[in-house]
Amino acid sequence: MGLVDYTSAWEIQKQILDKIRYFAEPNTLILCQHPHTITRGRMSKERDLLVSSLKLEQLGVAVYPVERGGSITYHGPGQLVVYPIFDLNRFKKDLKYFLSSLEEVAINFLNNFNIEAQRRPGYTGVWMKDKKIASIGIAVRHWITFHGLAININPDLEYFSLIKPCGLDVFMTSLSQVMDREVTINNSLKGKLLEEFKKVFALEIIEGGL
Amino acid sequence: MTKVVLPELGEGITKASVTYWNFEVGDEVKEGEDLVELATDKATFNLPSPVSGILKEKLKEEGDEARVGDAVAIIEER
Repeated sequence: MGLVDYTSAWEIQKQILDKIRYFAEPNTLILCQHPHTITRGRMSKERDLLVSSLKLEQLGVAVYPVERGGSITYHGPGQLVVYPIFDLNRFKKDLKYFLSSLEEVAINFLNNFNIEAQRRPGYTGVWMKDKKIASIGIAVRHWITFHGLAININPDLEYFSLIKPCGLDVFMTSLSQVMDREVTINNSLKGKLLEEFKKVFALEIIEGGL
Repeated sequence: MTKVVLPELGEGITKASVTYWNFEVGDEVKEGEDLVELATDKATFNLPSPVSGILKEKLKEEGDEARVGDAVAIIEER
């Protein structure tokens, strides 16, 4: 999928989750980008939003409180968002394992570009030295996951200044910034990410549109 | 009476905080319905009711921490 409105992607995730729960449908991965959106996870505090709602309206940024873990985050064009709707009963019923596996996928994916991203002890997400390049926040219902992983490819990083990302005093970076050249989200890049999901979770991937 | 207990969530995870109750004391709940939502740092998850009945007591309120193995609610079966 290309640029998808946040609420549509949110609804689709919940529909797929129900299908997996009640009809044992296959685990599903959704790859997309959102228009300028801010989402606030369950750990989000009022002070994590640094501008007024009027300002956000003027900028055309929608804000949604959501049921995922973690704090506040920004999504927008140039950020590759991945929603794994996986039944952990079929993998391992372990939240740490799942979060850590998502980090591994992002790290291995960035390795394709000869970039050595790392985990940061005590924090979830993927980092380039002291800057964050990928964020993770999930929700789990009946051991089926939704929400997920966002990797900055070439978003306008200015938008992150509207918030305190993840409630932290942290600077964000992107693949384009690290490589010092414009990298765009295309099929070959998405293919690389799917390949890493396949390896980390030992999946067989059947591609399809929605 | 059936206790709703916080199960094992994964290696090294010992506690979670209650973020959202979907029911009030006295409400009727069905087996498998999402009773309460809890959160670790980056993940939220639900605890379904193990039985059908009436939510008799909330042992943890929103904002409270629960440790793995703690009971968070009591359901009176019907």
